[in-house]
Amino acid sequence: MSAVVEFEKVVAVAGSFPVLTGLDLRVDQGEVVLLRGENGAGKTSFLRACAGLISVSSGDAHILGFDMRVDRRAPRRYIGLLGHENNLYQDLWVREHVEFRAAAVGAAESDTDAALIRVGVSKQLWTVPIGSLSAGQRRKVAIASLVVGRPRLWLLDEPHASLDSESRENLDVILAEAARLGATIIFASHESPLTKGIASRVVTLGGGRVLEDSGAS
Amino acid sequence: MLAEILLVARKDLRVEWRAKIALGQVAPLALLILVVLAFALDANSSLLELGAGGLYWVAVLYGGTLLIQRSFDVETDDGNMDAFRMSVIGAPSLFLGKSLALFVQIGLLELVLGSGVAVLYNVRVVDWGLLLVAAVAGTIAFSVCGVLWGVMSAGLRVRATLLPLLLVPVLVPILLAGSRAFETALGVRADAGWTWASLMLVIAAVHTAIGLGAFGFLLEEG
Repeated sequence: MSAVVEFEKVVAVAGSFPVLTGLDLRVDQGEVVLLRGENGAGKTSFLRACAGLISVSSGDAHILGFDMRVDRRAPRRYIGLLGHENNLYQDLWVREHVEFRAAAVGAAESDTDAALIRVGVSKQLWTVPIGSLSAGQRRKVAIASLVVGRPRLWLLDEPHASLDSESRENLDVILAEAARLGATIIFASHESPLTKGIASRVVTLGGGRVLEDSGAS
Repeated sequence: MLAEILLVARKDLRVEWRAKIALGQVAPLALLILVVLAFALDANSSLLELGAGGLYWVAVLYGGTLLIQRSFDVETDDGNMDAFRMSVIGAPSLFLGKSLALFVQIGLLELVLGSGVAVLYNVRVVDWGLLLVAAVAGTIAFSVCGVLWGVMSAGLRVRATLLPLLLVPVLVPILLAGSRAFETALGVRADAGWTWASLMLVIAAVHTAIGLGAFGFLLEEG
């Protein structure tokens, strides 16, 4: 299997605070990795470093073969990132938003409907302003915006937050399906009992480095 | 590239159309400023006629700054800046797309304010060509400067107050040039109106060149 994420002794700093302190981790194509750790362990920073939103100060960092110290923007076209926030334009209608995201990541706008259906956003909501949706519905629209881009690397920070049990199960099915088709998924979650089932590997972070790795040889 | 520019502009205009901030709130507020300025000058018709060009651009400056701020509030709300950075749309297209959307919004604001000036200040246009060229040049300059400075302050917590503080000094030369050009177009000053209009085009061209080169860096580091 080819490496999708290759971090060796990676150090990253936010402001003057070191958020990754010599992190070593390799994730191969098709893996579904659950990131665990206490608040401030470095889960979000690791995901953002993978997306190139935090620059690497030292160490070697490659995402999908791209050297992140040379050009951290290069792999972004293959990455889908869902952070704590949903990245939604509150005034746009649901369908308009997903259509825009599809176009913005170079995906076909025609896939919009399929993505919304896949995630379980009911048709009545497609022409409703996002700002008037519930938190769970907004999360589903955010997930649909990712699904439509068919990323090769999914970086998800608490993706199950605000979702009801049916939607959580649906998301797990979507993630498992994406992994089966060759995508790599890394997600941070505090809800281990619920999410452990879909993960092929569990990595525990602490103090900006890997403390425990169920996939370590 | 054109498709990307239009995609970004269409999205911004659609957001604005749904929210109705520009026409529903900013334009009436800018019109109100014209009224207040008229009262401040004691509704003296000859004074208002003389100062109409300058008062118009002061109202544009105020309303335009609000629109520029709004344009980046939309991007920073709900973590949208991350999605903006993660998109495959090139930085020059993002810059030009947002500038185009702002151009349309500020242009509409100017139409409203232009009507307001005509009604409230009783002005007479003697050179429509100069008036239109100066208005378009000023709107382009406002838009590109706004996007350039808007992205610089987008990542800051204090952007609500910092952006106007940074932006207004940059926009003042446009305001001055626009005022002089309008005064010539309105026949109150026999001055080099076309030179002032050309100056606005130069300011617009310089900021467009800087924006095309630096927007990607500013977006990443903002």
